[in-house]
Amino acid sequence: MTRTILSSATKEVAIGFDEPFVMIGERINPTGRKLFSKELKEGNYWRVKKEVLKQVEAGAQVLDVNVGVPLADEPKIMSEVIPLIQSLTDAPLCIDSSIIEALESGLAAYKGRPLLNSTTAEEEVMERVLPLVAKYDCAVVAISNDDTGISEDPDVRFEVAKRIVNRASDYGIKPEDVVVDPLVMPVGAINSAGKDVFRLLHRLRNELGVNTTCGASNVAFGLPNRHTVNNAFLPMLSCSGMTSAIVNVLDDGLVPAVRAADVLNGVDPGCSNWISHYRPKPAEGERGRRGGGRRRRG
Amino acid sequence: MSDENQDEIILNDLNDDDLVQQMQDDLYDGMIPEVTEGTQILLNRGWDANTVLNNALVGGMKFVGDDFRDGILFVPEVLQAANAMKGGMGLLRPILAASENKVSTGKVVIGTVKGDIHDIGKNLVAMMLEGAGFEVFNLGINTSWDEFNEAMEKHEPDIIGMSALLTTTMPYMAVVIEEMEKRNMRKDIAIMVGGAPLNQEFADAIKADQYGRDAAISAELAKTIVGINS
Repeated sequence: MTRTILSSATKEVAIGFDEPFVMIGERINPTGRKLFSKELKEGNYWRVKKEVLKQVEAGAQVLDVNVGVPLADEPKIMSEVIPLIQSLTDAPLCIDSSIIEALESGLAAYKGRPLLNSTTAEEEVMERVLPLVAKYDCAVVAISNDDTGISEDPDVRFEVAKRIVNRASDYGIKPEDVVVDPLVMPVGAINSAGKDVFRLLHRLRNELGVNTTCGASNVAFGLPNRHTVNNAFLPMLSCSGMTSAIVNVLDDGLVPAVRAADVLNGVDPGCSNWISHYRPKPAEGERGRRGGGRRRRG
Repeated sequence: MSDENQDEIILNDLNDDDLVQQMQDDLYDGMIPEVTEGTQILLNRGWDANTVLNNALVGGMKFVGDDFRDGILFVPEVLQAANAMKGGMGLLRPILAASENKVSTGKVVIGTVKGDIHDIGKNLVAMMLEGAGFEVFNLGINTSWDEFNEAMEKHEPDIIGMSALLTTTMPYMAVVIEEMEKRNMRKDIAIMVGGAPLNQEFADAIKADQYGRDAAISAELAKTIVGINS
């Protein structure tokens, strides 16, 4: 069974077929957020701290870190926020940039085994990203497009993903450390987008044996009531074999939907994760669960 | 890791009282190997099997039952606790079976009635009853009058428990009760019924002695029947 091990200095998270679905928090990202961009550029990271704590509290197991601000010194910002974030949480991180130097400065500053986001199948990108993955012994997101762009045909996207996995192995990177993003298209524009991804996920899991991730919210682009579409989409993705996703864990109902899918997929033994999160809180003055007896007398 | 080591408890190092309390906690937390180990330690220390059963296991299941009833514990946790109890029972059962002075809370014959194959709730009741110290003879699903009758003759229970999940199968409970009345069996054996479509009204209509609305309450009712509850 394929397991992608991510870690911080003190905590390990496994993305895998028999593991709970891994929610990668997407909110440390200034794209489209004017104030956040401005603050990052000025070296003011208070919002980064806030997003770290909020997302971990909401249930994110891994946090994506993207500090892409146009015309800013992104490698420098990355090298500064990574230690800051790691001082606040033991959740492993996903270092996210389109600038190779920022990826490398993030890797150099990171303690543990991060997920690097990302490479595509474009020759030039693979040539620059994959050596970094090998050098720092981390995992990498592989986006299934190449120099010709994004194919609408899921079978072509499968072949593209396979090409990245093969190329990675040339660099000594194991398939379990390549987490494929099958690319989710907006279902409002391409009506078969959901269905295509489900089929592609089956192939990626069964034929290529890789873990998978995606930016799930893209699927509902341009639709009203997007959250509901997303909250239905994530359990369908996990049922089709997707093992992680980059999501907004603060979206109403998203985290419970993913955890419920874990229960139904049989990756929450004894439903214990579900119960521990949703056990009714004891009323004022009433006793809760006795548990923890093992630790009480330590 | 160092934190966990600090908290690690060596069961054999605990005195009897602490060990029993720890076993009740472990049972509550569904820790099968620990409960089994604790049972073995008490036996090694010369404890009588009945005392181990009642103090450590039944005592622990009492907390499980109470918290299940109060909505603090949920079905997977109760099943896990019941499995932990089974771990200990595996060691005690052969000793209890061979012993002369067998002390049990009482005997219960239980089954899902004829035509009905639903048994999750009924098995939960059986577990809670075992947890309360009853000897439970679980006849499984699709149980006919003949099978109930045979088991009652063989085991001479204090209680017969019948379960049904369907409105179409629950009337069979009345059939069993009628047969028992004909044979004058009701004075010796109390009748408990339960299942999702049942209610007190139905239980009264078919002249059952007790209606158990859920698994947790059923164990309490059974104890009341055999006179060990207030």
